[in-house]
Amino acid sequence: MLHLLFLVPILPFCGFVILALGGRWLTKTQIALVGVGSVGLSAVIAVAISLNFVADAPTGNAFSQSIWTWINIGGFTPHIAFYLDSLSVIMILVVTVVGSLIHLYSAEYMEEESDGYARFFACMNLFVGSMLTLVLADNLLLLYLGWEGVGLCSYLLIGFWYTDPANGRAARKAFTVTRVGDTAMLVGLLLLFTKLGTLQIQPLMQAAQAHWVVGSSITVAAAGLLLGGALGKSAQLPLQTWLPDAMAGPTPVSALIHAATMVTAGVYLIARMNVLFTMSPVIHTTVAAIGAGTLILAGFSALVQRDIKRVLAYSTISQIGYMFLAVGVGAWSAAMFHFMTHAFFKALLFMGAGVVILGEHHEQDMFKMGGLRKEAPLLFWTFLAGSLSLVALPLVTAGFYSKDAILAGAWASDAGGRWLWAAGFGGAFLTSLYTFRMVFYVFFGEVRKPFNLKPGIRLMLPLVVLAFLSIVGGYLDLPRTLGNQPWFSDFMHTSLPETKELASSTERNLQISASLISLIGIFFAYYFFLREPGLVRRLVATPVGAVLHRFWFKGWGFDWVYDNFIVGTYVKVSRADKNDLFDMPVAALALVSQGLNIALSWTESGRLRWYAASVAAGGVIAVGIVVFFT
Amino acid sequence: MASIPMEQGLVLAAVLFTLGLIGVLVRRNIIFVLLSLEVMLNASGLAFIVAGYRWSQPDGQILFLFVLTMAAAEVSVGLALVLQLHRLFKTLDIDVASRMRG
Amino acid sequence: MNAVYYISSVVAVIATAAAITGLNPVHSLLYLIVSFLAVALVFFTLGAPVIAALEVIIYAGAIIVLFIFVVMILNIGNEAVEQEKRWTVGKAWIGPGALAFVLIAEVVYVLFQNTSHLTNGSPIQPSELGATLFGPYMLGVELASMVLLAGLIGAYHLGRRRQPDETQQKREEPATGKGAGGGPAPKEPVDASVGH
Repeated sequence: MLHLLFLVPILPFCGFVILALGGRWLTKTQIALVGVGSVGLSAVIAVAISLNFVADAPTGNAFSQSIWTWINIGGFTPHIAFYLDSLSVIMILVVTVVGSLIHLYSAEYMEEESDGYARFFACMNLFVGSMLTLVLADNLLLLYLGWEGVGLCSYLLIGFWYTDPANGRAARKAFTVTRVGDTAMLVGLLLLFTKLGTLQIQPLMQAAQAHWVVGSSITVAAAGLLLGGALGKSAQLPLQTWLPDAMAGPTPVSALIHAATMVTAGVYLIARMNVLFTMSPVIHTTVAAIGAGTLILAGFSALVQRDIKRVLAYSTISQIGYMFLAVGVGAWSAAMFHFMTHAFFKALLFMGAGVVILGEHHEQDMFKMGGLRKEAPLLFWTFLAGSLSLVALPLVTAGFYSKDAILAGAWASDAGGRWLWAAGFGGAFLTSLYTFRMVFYVFFGEVRKPFNLKPGIRLMLPLVVLAFLSIVGGYLDLPRTLGNQPWFSDFMHTSLPETKELASSTERNLQISASLISLIGIFFAYYFFLREPGLVRRLVATPVGAVLHRFWFKGWGFDWVYDNFIVGTYVKVSRADKNDLFDMPVAALALVSQGLNIALSWTESGRLRWYAASVAAGGVIAVGIVVFFT
Repeated sequence: MASIPMEQGLVLAAVLFTLGLIGVLVRRNIIFVLLSLEVMLNASGLAFIVAGYRWSQPDGQILFLFVLTMAAAEVSVGLALVLQLHRLFKTLDIDVASRMRG
Repeated sequence: MNAVYYISSVVAVIATAAAITGLNPVHSLLYLIVSFLAVALVFFTLGAPVIAALEVIIYAGAIIVLFIFVVMILNIGNEAVEQEKRWTVGKAWIGPGALAFVLIAEVVYVLFQNTSHLTNGSPIQPSELGATLFGPYMLGVELASMVLLAGLIGAYHLGRRRQPDETQQKREEPATGKGAGGGPAPKEPVDASVGH
């Protein structure tokens, strides 16, 4: 069964090729069949492979399959090869299953498109194929190929409605900012190759452990550069500015790429290269610090947004901050667990938001919505399930178990663990606040805009499935205090390092405090946004409140800084070089020739006596040279 | 016959040649230009004669004959061209015929 | 003999200078005749009596006469003198003067580098000249006759007045064909002057 691994990424690529080449001749149904079917088939195969892997683990808990040799130059032979261990099993399961649900959803969501329908599914399939290549890659070069592929598809899909220049700008911004990270990562790859001689992941990590000293500058450099790449893709500080603007793309794109899969590629990279990061404690702690900072920052920004998708975007940034916090403190399996649950509930929330937007005639401003609880009950219940999971409602939602594992790992960490835990704790409060602000604004209160859409089964079935998973997904990893069935962690530990354990009592205390804070958050949200909205308005009207509100709304000023200092400087330099100073030497040659031409043609006056004089002068000079110099 | 240093004879030829050159370069009337050209030809012929006298050979004089012949042919053709030029431009200014400028 | 040589060379130089700086074309041509006569005398003192005679006959007698014919055809009168006054300003002599001065200086320098050879030959007799001319230089003689033929034909062709109807027709064909009548008239005064 495992030998069918290569089909998992290949099938979406086949779907891409069919739709890209022949999309214009297919009907919408056929396009949807190919687009959804390729990813769906891939999901089925992935599930089968995973079951086989879990039931009958191969030797060394890893399976390799090489398809062909990609390059063969002087000892450098990266293959197109896939590597399956527990980490990649989780990744392919989430990517294919959640991906196929989103594809099904978008079959109905994107039905208004005419020519764009095939293009949409082609890009989506290409994305899924690239993402699967990324997570299954056995060497860093192939991983980088997938990395660039998902970046390309992100650009294509954000700017899907390309006739509006704002979408193009958002797409370019996303691409440029992630490019900064990608360049750092490329430099890191080159460094790793020159120092260790290989890009195959497992041999690379063994070589690093053998040859490098923990904490030396080379490990800092390598890990730091890879971290740069991860920051770009996962939209963490300081490269987080592109994700809120990426909401310009269609909602399924936001759900798939910017919530569930692509933005977690950074987390996957760090988890995959865990040896490098543990060998450089400085960088390792930096990862946790960045995660903590980002989750607080994004939480505040999510609190003041009006557009429902932007709230969810900042929420995504915040939750990935949690994942970074987890890998930063060494809670590897907790990070992957949170990745899985986050994929479930965030995709659910985005798809639900999409249905809301469709039903409200493409209205995205939450202040103009209300009371949808009565208008669309199924939507409300699934959305509520997702929100509760995001908020980590104790015991019944998957988010509780995953977030709790992260907080426990943070508390147990040596390097500033208490601060990190406090950031996560505060972040949980903020999460409840902004999530239920969103829920109350959209689904409660009086109906401001009627909801007229009869969502079909293709829209609602994925919502229901994901709602179910958001609830029961947590039971895969019950902590010691609540049943002690750590299936997920045990599975993860076959490929990732062990996490530090806490005392049972400490863990229980942490769980209780986390539960309390999320419930308090929900209550605060109810009070401030449903019961007494006037209080919030008065708070925002105060001078301090207004400043803070604007500051958080603009994403803590990062865009302003980047626009003025980086983009602005570049534009100024370009303007100064408007006449292309560096081309001057080349142009100067042409100018010199032209000048000579003008000068020499002046000597052709057409007058006989002038020519006679020049002959005489030439003769005089020639005679002079002969006489006086020879 | 005269016994003068050869250099002096050649100096005379050089002086006459230079005077003719000045005339060609300075005068604007075509007649004067052609006239000065004849002076130059005559001077170069003088140089030939002087050289022939120094070696007591007739070759110098024969070459002068050829120069003379050529000068005669050239003058006749040149003056015919002057007539054409006058018909075309109604003036004897040599600077007028500068259509090949640039 | 030396004195004759020196005197006639001085006369030649002065006459040539006067010729090239003169304003009236006919006066310049007369000065030029004087110059040629002086040069002929120089030839005589340098042992070339035949050449001296030929100089007078052909150069002064034929070539200058050609010049005078053309001057008369073109009817260059007093307005030409005025024109010349305007054209030959003092400024114009500077450039060519400098060039010529440099040239003379070089030539003189070269000439007086070597030791001087006294020329002390004998005059060349016509028979000797004739024998050498039709002996080794036979080919040159034939070529010289070719040159004269070419000059003759060229002068005839280039000096030919275009038929008035030809040129007029070519110019006025698109309009009417009536230019033929008006052709000869402008040319009349030029013809009339020949008869003066």
